[in-house]
Amino acid sequence: MSAMIVASPNMDVLGPIILSLVTFIPAVGGLLILLIPRRDRDIKLFALVISVLAFVASLHLPVHLHRDLNSFKFEIDKVWITTPNIHYHVGIDGISVWLVVLTTFLTPLCVLISWNSIHARVKEFFILLLLLETALIGVFTSLDLFLFYFFYEATLIPMALLVGMYGHGRKVYAAVKFFLFTMIGSMFMLAAIVWLYAKTGSFDFVVIQNAIRTGSVPGFEQASLWLFLGFFIAFAVKVPIFPLHTWLPDAHVEAPTAGSVLLAGVLLKMGTYGLLRFNVGLFPEQAHRNAPWIIVLALIGIIYGALVSLVQPNMKKLIAYSSVSHLGFVVLGIFSFTAAGLNGAVFVMLAHGVATGGLFMLAGILYERRHTYEITEFGGLATPMPKYAAFFLVTVLASLGLPLLNGFIGEFLVLSGAFQARPVYGILAATGVIWSACYLLWMYQRVFFGQVKYEVNNTLPDLSLREKAALWPIAVAALVMGVAPLVWLSAIDPAVQAALSPFTQLASKAVGQ
Amino acid sequence: MTPPLNPLLWVIPILPLAGAAINGFFGRKATKKAISAVALVFCGAAFFVAVLIAANFSSASAPYSFPLAHWLRSGVFTVDFEFYLDQLSLVMLLVITGVGFLIHIYSVGYMWDDDGFYRFMSYLNLFMFFMLTLVLAKNYLVMFIGWEGVGLASYLLIGFWFTKDSAAAAGKKAFIVNRIGDFGFLIALFLIIKHFGSLDFTHVFTALRTLPKETTGAGLLTAIALLLMVGAAGKSAQIPLYVWLPDAMEGPTPVSALIHAATMVTAGVYMVARSSVIFEHAPMAMMVVAIIGTLTALFAATIGIAQTDIKKVLAYSTVSQLGYMFMACGVGAFSAGIFHLMTHAFFKGLLFLAAGSVIHGVGGEQDMRKMGGLRLYMPWTFATMGIATLAIAGIPPFAGFWSKDEILWRAFGASWVYWLVGVITAFITSFYMFRLLYMTFGGDDYRGAVAQEAHGHGGHGHDDHGHGEPHESPWVMLGPLVILAFLSVVGGFVGYGNRFEHFLAPVFRGATGIAQETSPESATSTLEYLLMGISISVAGLGWFLAYLLYSRLPQLPPRIAAGLGGLYRAVANKYYIDELYAVLFVKPLVEGSTTILWHGVDQGMIDAAVNDSADAARHVSDNMRHMQSGNLRSYAGWVAAGGAVVIAYMVWMGVR
Repeated sequence: MSAMIVASPNMDVLGPIILSLVTFIPAVGGLLILLIPRRDRDIKLFALVISVLAFVASLHLPVHLHRDLNSFKFEIDKVWITTPNIHYHVGIDGISVWLVVLTTFLTPLCVLISWNSIHARVKEFFILLLLLETALIGVFTSLDLFLFYFFYEATLIPMALLVGMYGHGRKVYAAVKFFLFTMIGSMFMLAAIVWLYAKTGSFDFVVIQNAIRTGSVPGFEQASLWLFLGFFIAFAVKVPIFPLHTWLPDAHVEAPTAGSVLLAGVLLKMGTYGLLRFNVGLFPEQAHRNAPWIIVLALIGIIYGALVSLVQPNMKKLIAYSSVSHLGFVVLGIFSFTAAGLNGAVFVMLAHGVATGGLFMLAGILYERRHTYEITEFGGLATPMPKYAAFFLVTVLASLGLPLLNGFIGEFLVLSGAFQARPVYGILAATGVIWSACYLLWMYQRVFFGQVKYEVNNTLPDLSLREKAALWPIAVAALVMGVAPLVWLSAIDPAVQAALSPFTQLASKAVGQ
Repeated sequence: MTPPLNPLLWVIPILPLAGAAINGFFGRKATKKAISAVALVFCGAAFFVAVLIAANFSSASAPYSFPLAHWLRSGVFTVDFEFYLDQLSLVMLLVITGVGFLIHIYSVGYMWDDDGFYRFMSYLNLFMFFMLTLVLAKNYLVMFIGWEGVGLASYLLIGFWFTKDSAAAAGKKAFIVNRIGDFGFLIALFLIIKHFGSLDFTHVFTALRTLPKETTGAGLLTAIALLLMVGAAGKSAQIPLYVWLPDAMEGPTPVSALIHAATMVTAGVYMVARSSVIFEHAPMAMMVVAIIGTLTALFAATIGIAQTDIKKVLAYSTVSQLGYMFMACGVGAFSAGIFHLMTHAFFKGLLFLAAGSVIHGVGGEQDMRKMGGLRLYMPWTFATMGIATLAIAGIPPFAGFWSKDEILWRAFGASWVYWLVGVITAFITSFYMFRLLYMTFGGDDYRGAVAQEAHGHGGHGHDDHGHGEPHESPWVMLGPLVILAFLSVVGGFVGYGNRFEHFLAPVFRGATGIAQETSPESATSTLEYLLMGISISVAGLGWFLAYLLYSRLPQLPPRIAAGLGGLYRAVANKYYIDELYAVLFVKPLVEGSTTILWHGVDQGMIDAAVNDSADAARHVSDNMRHMQSGNLRSYAGWVAAGGAVVIAYMVWMGVR
């Protein structure tokens, strides 16, 4: 097959290459770091410049995205390997564009927040970080299943190394647990991908999707449940969906701050993105059929994650379990198959990335000062660290879904969609608004309010300029997303409507029967 | 002809927001004069604009609206930042900005010596922003912004002295209990979205009017109304969600006056009144509202009898008075409820501010047993607080008399039971309020030799008055007291001849037409005067009893308390409701989550299963142990190897 470039009409000059540019700027930058002498400051500065560059470049995507159409944009489809038939096929829609921007938004903040916390093997750290960024972006842009799988697995290695090399405590245990859980999960996906290739002769997402829709895949009827489950298990581990979540708290607690930020902020979204793109996109009927028990798991995740979060003595574990709860909202929204649910699910992905990323950054800032995450070690911190307390509060409020901050929009839409699908879903999930206030405000009270219990906490310095530079974007993003969510929703909505179209057909079929 | 669009509507909430932002960001380094100026100017400007609008707004005016921007959209469902002003929101607007402005002025004096002065003024302005958004919203979701936002401001201000554990805990409790109410509110919104496709007031209420009343059975509208009431019960501290309000007294006293008496806690009443069309279609829900209101009024009043903390008495009194407002709404007398909301804002705001003046004057003491004779030291505070007490007790012609009497009269029209409980509550109210007055200002001796020690009270800025003798407050604090006292005297006259009701009539001219808002007047006016006579008598009786027990025979109350034994202890301990909730909800939740979910399911079952299978795998083969060496590079190798196998397989397939 000859190489070809598919670009939408009226595209700007950068259009055809911008996606590859955004994807590979970090990786190329990472490789260039190899050439820089081991002067830590230079390496950090270079990493910062590269990651900011990637962010600026990525802003091109939403600005030039044509929101009215619902096909993939900025598409490139080139043959990578002829046998087997693997393409470098990338493109984004109104959903993945924001996940790319979320990744490029968080990475510079990760660089800033890691400035002083990494002391040994600084060079390797930033190389890994940038490689991870490329892999993450690749996951969200790939339209070729093999390419997707390649990037998907490629995120594992730098992330596991970040945890295992730069973490603390039982870091190797955590890294191995993370690695094995997700690796074993992806094996099932790989099997499903290979099956699809064997039957269609293509890894191309669009080709396979069309083949399935037109019914031209032999044996699909019998295999579809297994294919669905194959993808589902891989993504369910990643999300993580109860009861496959126990790797997450361990990985978070031991991970370095930047690792936690990207893990919670972006890596988990690979799972929910995968559910939406592949499970729902390729197997709508199976998704529809299996929705009830998946929603039950999501509801368990929402409530169970929140309750376990409530009683965590460790700040990072608390935030990690809160992620289980928040990601439960995403899964619930996706499998409600309503416009509000899906819009909300995508919005929660982004809002959670910002708010929880912010919370992990804040936890890391405290760890740098006290080398502990134990909540009982603190108390009364609002007195010595008022600015820190203020940023923490804003992030907490964003996370617990206060209107005008970003958490509310997604949560509201998901709950509304779930309620439309079946009231009991919405009612059970809406208890989440109570739980999140409980675990977050209780934690906040124990860390910041009261008298300072330990003398050492009186001497803790408030935020430095660098730390403020890392936190301001989080606070501003949380506010802007909460006040002007249409900037995001106007792109998400058409893509969501496209994803929903098979379900309206399903629904009408069901009515016809 | 008035223009239907009025851009001033969104300016009103934005003004205090600007003030909050300026003080929040720059207040730390600014002088206190500059901080006060900013806070007062932006709050005062909102009041000024409100008055400007009110000047041209009559009962006959068509509502204003102003769409500011789109907020969110999903499919065909949209929500806009849109504001709305009718007679109902105008009343709220004037009360909030007017009383709010007075309390801002008072706060400058009260909080002047506090280190967190800029923070305090900024939070107050922020509160005004959210409260004004709440009452000016044109749809339920923008209302919800204000609804949750006032909760945030309340959280910040209750916990303002955050180094005190009790204050921090009270703030958190308020937020969480309110969230329980918000849960109900949200479900109500989802029901509305599901069945009406919109949250816009005009849209929903217009669609509603074509639906039949749910007289025979509970249906959709009953469900919506009840869920809205859950939200209202949280915000307006009704049974069973009232428990946060007494604790909220941990906040500085101007906060108690503004948020926990005059404005925020009345948001639930406003919301129910705003949704009057829904409630009128759901008679069963109306009955529930009336019963909750009536029970809360009585229940909280009885607790008020035995409290010794001056602010706690007022807190339970507020819960009780809010109960009256819900009683009114529940019997369909929405305008009477709003009338009482307004007069209550005057006299209860005044009571709190006067209590603050007392606390300020005696160096932070709040225990009334350590006060007494204060009328000699602070005559202005005494005079104004006396007026407020007459007003809340329902002595004519003070403001509270008119509004409470209106409610009782309308309640009687629905059922004599509501009326009877209301009258009993009025008696108790009069008793505990005059008890407060006698304990604080009565007698000739100031019992507070402890004023010096009391400075330990949070160390929040009263320390400079260390001369051990009570003193009158400065005029920056007394001024607002005097103005509110004036309003507590004359505020009730706006209801004379049902003028207030007629003003609000366009809002509450519900589905059933104007007839349902007109009271069963002339024919039964003898009855009305009789009932009025009874409620005045019980108010007088309460006063007399308080005079007897707390002025004439002060040795008697302890003996009565001892005689009542367990009953007295139960009342003094607020019927142990907090303890009950702790045993029923808090403890099981925390312990269950720890032992069953975390240690049990998470670690005991899931993780154990994972580790066991890993161990099992280890026993199977030595090679497997190599795999689990923990060496990440070797894992990377395994991945590469696995990938290679797969590619090889596919190459083979491709070749074939």
